[in-house]
Amino acid sequence: MTITTFIVISIIKSIAVIAVLLTAVAYSVWLERKVSARIQNRWGPTRVGPFGLLQPLADGAKFIFKEDLTQPHVYRPLYIAAPIIALVFAITSISVVPFGNSLYIPETQVGSWFTIPEIDTPFQITDLNIGLLVILGITSMGVYGIALAGWSSNSKYSLLGGLRASAQMISYEVSLGLSLIPVLIKSGSFSLRAIVEAQQHLHWNFWYGPVWWAPLGALAFFTYLISAYAETNRTPFDLPEAESELVAGYHTEYSAMKFAMFFMAEYANMVTVACLATLLFFGGWLGPVFGPQLLQMVLPIFWFCLKVFFFMFLYVWVRWTLPRFRYDQLMAFGWKVLLPLAVANIVVTSLIVAWRA
Amino acid sequence: MLHLILFLFFGTLCVAGAINLLAQSHPINSALSLIVVMASLAAEYLLLGAEFVAAVQVIVYAGAIMVLFIFVIMLLNAGQEERTKGSRIAILFGIPGVLIGAVLTAWTLLHHASALAVPIGVLPGGPHEVARLLFHEFLLPFEITSVLILIAIMGAVVLASRPEAVAKRHDDEQPRTMPELVGAGKEH
Repeated sequence: MTITTFIVISIIKSIAVIAVLLTAVAYSVWLERKVSARIQNRWGPTRVGPFGLLQPLADGAKFIFKEDLTQPHVYRPLYIAAPIIALVFAITSISVVPFGNSLYIPETQVGSWFTIPEIDTPFQITDLNIGLLVILGITSMGVYGIALAGWSSNSKYSLLGGLRASAQMISYEVSLGLSLIPVLIKSGSFSLRAIVEAQQHLHWNFWYGPVWWAPLGALAFFTYLISAYAETNRTPFDLPEAESELVAGYHTEYSAMKFAMFFMAEYANMVTVACLATLLFFGGWLGPVFGPQLLQMVLPIFWFCLKVFFFMFLYVWVRWTLPRFRYDQLMAFGWKVLLPLAVANIVVTSLIVAWRA
Repeated sequence: MLHLILFLFFGTLCVAGAINLLAQSHPINSALSLIVVMASLAAEYLLLGAEFVAAVQVIVYAGAIMVLFIFVIMLLNAGQEERTKGSRIAILFGIPGVLIGAVLTAWTLLHHASALAVPIGVLPGGPHEVARLLFHEFLLPFEITSVLILIAIMGAVVLASRPEAVAKRHDDEQPRTMPELVGAGKEH
């Protein structure tokens, strides 16, 4: 592969992945409104397009044309930078997520003067051998967007929201990182592609296997899922924007597109967490593959999207079912329940792996 | 070539962030410059080939410790610093100290460059290499360091927690102006 082909392919892949991610973000907002309406026995958006399917477009247009208020008491440089920081870090982490096997196009002649060279590239923007650590690093940087928004707004509700967000994310990041270590011990790699390929013989998921392995895998999965919900500030962990106490928390002073950027960052983070859960515990793109060659290339992506969709649905389901934690309960749960469970899981898993080796 | 350009770029960014850290008068801006320093250091490690160290640098320093810095600055609501002329001792000893340090570093680099230099991208810094070093060759220092950190945590907990007698006395001093609320509080 020459350097020109490499750059062209990378640009095409980046644009395609970002376009798909932003569409997924828009439609998970639609999904959330529809499912929440269903749970509360009402219709949700129905007016714009069939089943309200064009509602995200209408919302986007509304956000663009709304007046962008900037209160006189804010600290302007950080007030403007905060939503950008939140959105940039939320979108960046998708760059190491693999979606499927690989794309293969043989050398083809287009017209008489142009030849497409042989292309063999993975369905992923870049395959790093520390992919999982990159995602953890980027999500840990994402908290600055929220914390700085809260501080620079110079209002007490925002400040309290920002403080809560940084305390909560620091606390749950620890159990999030530790809950993934059993998976790493089992697969022996930080590369997301290698982790998925290690699950090939486990029938597409990590906690299938010998009977004694299933409870450990399940424990790792649930500690990951709960800490990930806390990391993305979703109910029952949405203390940073608890509307009954803090108006809207860290984004109280934001309007129009700046508010929409926080909104998009939240949903993009949800998509990343759902992708990570799929890749680490549910075999990523692995699934039954059959048919002609084109179908064999597309089916893995379909399985991946289906699994991610399931986790997005679970997110909405949990949000509209459970009430919010109290703040002391939140901290006690993170440090006294999740963290010891995650550490115990590491100890037991490594003992078993060492004993069997 | 591209690696060298990137290396110089992040090096410059790192030094610029460090200078900005000193020049800013608001603590939040200084903390943000420190984040830039940490992140560009991570990029330097990555370019040298120490990818695991780079990732840990971002996760631990830029992502966790600096969040705590920002948290404390927000919690105390620290304002603009006042400009002072600086102490005389700092000027008397600081500037010659910096000069001597710079000369020593330059001399060492010039005379022992071949022994100290690391070519770009060949440092064995993957997760496997780091793990082998930590858990095979340097296991005892590694474990002793972890015990040291544990002791530091215990010390912090002891210093921060209120002794029970003090806590009880403090609670007794609270004025009981709203008896109905105090009664309600006993139910939980």
